[in-house]
Amino acid sequence: MADISPRIGVRKTYKLYVGGAFPRSESGRSYPVTSPAGDHLANAALASRKDVRDAVVAARKAFPGWSGRTAYNRGQILYRIAEMMEGRRAQFAEEVAAAEGVSAARAQALVSAAVDRWVYYAGWADKIGQVLGGANPVSGPYFNLSEPEPTGVVGVFAPAGSPLLGLVSVLAPVITSGNTAVLVADERAPLPAVTLAEALATSDLPGGVANILTGRLAELAPPLAGHADVNALDLAGAGGLAAELEALAATTLKRVLRPGADDWNDADPGLSRIRPFLETKTVWHPIGR
Amino acid sequence: MEIFEYAPAPESRSIVTIRPSYDLFIDGEFVAAKSDERIVTVNPADEEPLSEVAAAGEADVDRAFTAARRAFERVWSPMPGAERGKYLFRIARIIQERARELAVLESLDNGKPIKETRDIDLPLVAAHFFYYAGWADKLAHAGFGTRPLGVAAQVIPWNFPLLMLAWKVAPALATGNTVVLKPAETTPLTALAFAEICQEAGLPPGVVNIVTGAGDTGRAVVAHPGADKVAFTGSTDVGREIARAVAGTGKRLTLELGGKGANIVYDDAAIDQAVEGIVSGIFFNQGHVCCAGSRLLVQESIAEELLAKLRARIERLRLGDPLDKNTDIGAVNSAAQLARIRELAAAGEAEGATGWSPACPLPERGYWFRPTVFTGVTQAHRIAREEIFGPVLSVLTFRTPEEAVAKANNTPYGLSAGVWTEKGSLMLWTASRLRAGVVWSNTFNVFDPASPFGGYKESGYGREGGRHGLEAYLG
Amino acid sequence: MPDTIPGSLRAYLHGLPGVDEVGVRKRAADLATRSIKTTAKRAALDLAIRMVDLTTLEGADTPGKVRALAAKAMRPDPSDATAPPVAALCVYPDMVAVAAEALAGSGVGLASVATGFPSGRTSLEVKLADTAAAVAAGATEIDMVIDRGAFLAGDHGKVFDEITAVKERCGEAHLKVILETGELVTYDNVRRASWLAMHAGADFIKTSTGKVAPAATLPVTLIMLEAVRDYRAATGRQVGVKPAGGIRTAKDAIRYLVLVKEIAGDDWLDPAWFRLGASTLLNDLLMQRTKLSTGHYSGPDYYTID
Repeated sequence: MADISPRIGVRKTYKLYVGGAFPRSESGRSYPVTSPAGDHLANAALASRKDVRDAVVAARKAFPGWSGRTAYNRGQILYRIAEMMEGRRAQFAEEVAAAEGVSAARAQALVSAAVDRWVYYAGWADKIGQVLGGANPVSGPYFNLSEPEPTGVVGVFAPAGSPLLGLVSVLAPVITSGNTAVLVADERAPLPAVTLAEALATSDLPGGVANILTGRLAELAPPLAGHADVNALDLAGAGGLAAELEALAATTLKRVLRPGADDWNDADPGLSRIRPFLETKTVWHPIGR
Repeated sequence: MEIFEYAPAPESRSIVTIRPSYDLFIDGEFVAAKSDERIVTVNPADEEPLSEVAAAGEADVDRAFTAARRAFERVWSPMPGAERGKYLFRIARIIQERARELAVLESLDNGKPIKETRDIDLPLVAAHFFYYAGWADKLAHAGFGTRPLGVAAQVIPWNFPLLMLAWKVAPALATGNTVVLKPAETTPLTALAFAEICQEAGLPPGVVNIVTGAGDTGRAVVAHPGADKVAFTGSTDVGREIARAVAGTGKRLTLELGGKGANIVYDDAAIDQAVEGIVSGIFFNQGHVCCAGSRLLVQESIAEELLAKLRARIERLRLGDPLDKNTDIGAVNSAAQLARIRELAAAGEAEGATGWSPACPLPERGYWFRPTVFTGVTQAHRIAREEIFGPVLSVLTFRTPEEAVAKANNTPYGLSAGVWTEKGSLMLWTASRLRAGVVWSNTFNVFDPASPFGGYKESGYGREGGRHGLEAYLG
Repeated sequence: MPDTIPGSLRAYLHGLPGVDEVGVRKRAADLATRSIKTTAKRAALDLAIRMVDLTTLEGADTPGKVRALAAKAMRPDPSDATAPPVAALCVYPDMVAVAAEALAGSGVGLASVATGFPSGRTSLEVKLADTAAAVAAGATEIDMVIDRGAFLAGDHGKVFDEITAVKERCGEAHLKVILETGELVTYDNVRRASWLAMHAGADFIKTSTGKVAPAATLPVTLIMLEAVRDYRAATGRQVGVKPAGGIRTAKDAIRYLVLVKEIAGDDWLDPAWFRLGASTLLNDLLMQRTKLSTGHYSGPDYYTID
């Protein structure tokens, strides 16, 4: 008995998720992550404004391909993410329990809800056009059709206090319509976000469609909100910075979804989180011989 | 030197296990029919029997409706949409996983080429379930009611057996209805394979019930007082009969019936692609397509050039073993259908039109008909008015857009039409005047679960596919 | 001899029927699903080898490299005498003399690119001198590039006149006209350029230099095969087609043969009327050929890398 030493576990290094790869922060920094009770859980990468820049470049590069896919294909891939998450339930539940300080049963329920959220938004991908678009009865010999299109690169601030379900609830509606996202994870509980990235990376989701940064909100948010190559912001988790970020967004007239009622908590929020990140394109064409 | 000719490239049959006999699928299980009658289903490519299935009688149908009603009330309609949707997603995934097996089975039972079942039917079947799975928890956003109707009685044809099943079952289940479905008597096997898939998916018993049989079974299904909704795809004559039977009962009804689609080719069309569209319009699935472009309306100024290219293209079609991966034209589904095609083709000759077919050899056994083009056809000919449902194209000419539209609309049908022109405004002008439920421009016979499909006039009513397809199943 | 085209070239070329992109892609994708097995595959592989224009067009080409490639062109598989030689060796003009000596008496053709390949951005005098030098050094085939800038600017006459002038300098040598479809971009342009080149006297129309992406694609080749088919029907003269660049595997090559068979017809299934411009393709054809003979998959170590 005395001769048998216990096996030493192999711990995971939590990194960023940018352009389909898992880099450490270019700054070389990390920060300790603790449970609500104050126990040390792991170190997370402390992203810098240069990581923000890299993530925006990756998101922009991925946009033509992702928005150019068929809506059906996007739906299939979002559904695949749900499948991949389901297969890692135990890991997610453990991390959510540690991060939120909730019971195992509650953590299981939160993971279930997060998986179901992907399924919900997978189903929206090829239905947005028929609900929001359509022919317009203009007075004249014209065919006139309005169609929603994704706006482009969206900066997303994940809600604080719900590191998995909250994050999925704001990320999925942004990318289902064809946008690409740069997401800043919950500063105090970033670990489930990184594990989610590992599921995304094995889900046929093209690299760069979802980029996930961990670090200080106050450091990452202004460069993201002020970046001229970002088209829209979801300020769900912006907290006290929301007004400042909205003002920064005004310079390039970004579309902004303000933090509001916790509608990301709703299992059927409809298009409320999809619509803000869409443009409407209307095409006119004469009808004649 | 060896000549480069295609060698046989048959898809393996071994991927499919066909049982010698099948029971009915009721309440989640295969159960012996009370009726003693059996139906033998044959491979139309060699006339060999594949299996035999039960011909469900009224007592069997009644049992299916009882199971469907119970499942509707106790399990399926109370279930949250998100959970119903997950069953449909599962079914879609299982279909994707078993796609090759189902494609081979469909080709064996129906006679259509493996190229089509593999590349068109099965991907569309899976996509249809996937699409409607996504609607199950979003009915409030569709713009119709959100309450299911109850039990749907569904009767489907033999031309796209599994795809028509998907068109019927997926929206019904997504909206919370349960179904009693009768597949066609000559093509029951993929529906029975689908029953196994329902079991594999853990679908609650009674949500899907499949009763095999012929016309009498179909009549019993449609007439059953337990049906809240009737959905039928098939011939206009049977559709009329069903509409009469349903009249006064309060049952909701959708019908997807016959067609005599016009494919209009203007003189500025991209001619090589128009030829492709004409070929896929009429020879896809041996012409067993209700929305086939069976009337070619070509502008007189390019008729000669177009027909020369069309004949050269048809010469390249490869007719034969449906399981050969290089086969373009498979077998006609049944002896009865072959007889009908022959009769109408003979009428075409008798009425003075000129028939032409390529010199392709036909297999010795099985039901086969060469691709055929009739020129010199007028609006008065039977082959210009009646649905042939076979690989027979009737060619008419026109001089002006007005004449093209007038001829295209000069039919009691109104399911599909095609318009070929490089001029967008002329395309829209033509499309806006066509009395048809689907108008393809510079393409033909393309389908998508997001796109509504259905006819005007005697081609039926109601739409399947897309958001519009939910309406038929919601109160 | 060039044909005479009535009226303006532009009106003529724009009067050709349009091409629907979605339709042509669908047709090409459909034909790519043809399944070529057993005896058909064996015949296709040997035919494809006989159609290869084995190509080296690098700034780093040397006499040694060209001689090695010539040896491979004449006897592609040293371990199997039944493997046929390729159609031609394709080199830069300054390598023609070396190649001619190496290939002498073998029956393997000698193609030279010319006319300021690959961009063609040089004067007509230089292009003609380039051509004449290659022919004088022993080239039996000349692969010229068209002036894409002139074509896109609408100066069809300039393109036409250059082709006729080069054709005249070719003498007995066959003229392949490279359209560089990756720079013409649209299928309508490919169709128009094909007809322009054929009317100007091209013996072959060729997709690409291999220096511009995309190079040969199935839909582009399909359009060009339709063009040669329809041109013969209209004029009685048969013109060949050569896709070049990006054809790397035996599977790719067989897909091109299927296109030839089903679009242009069996008359074009001959090295005299269809070529595959490629460098690395040959080894894959040889590997697949060995696989058919032995039943085992082969590996790249068993084929020469010249």
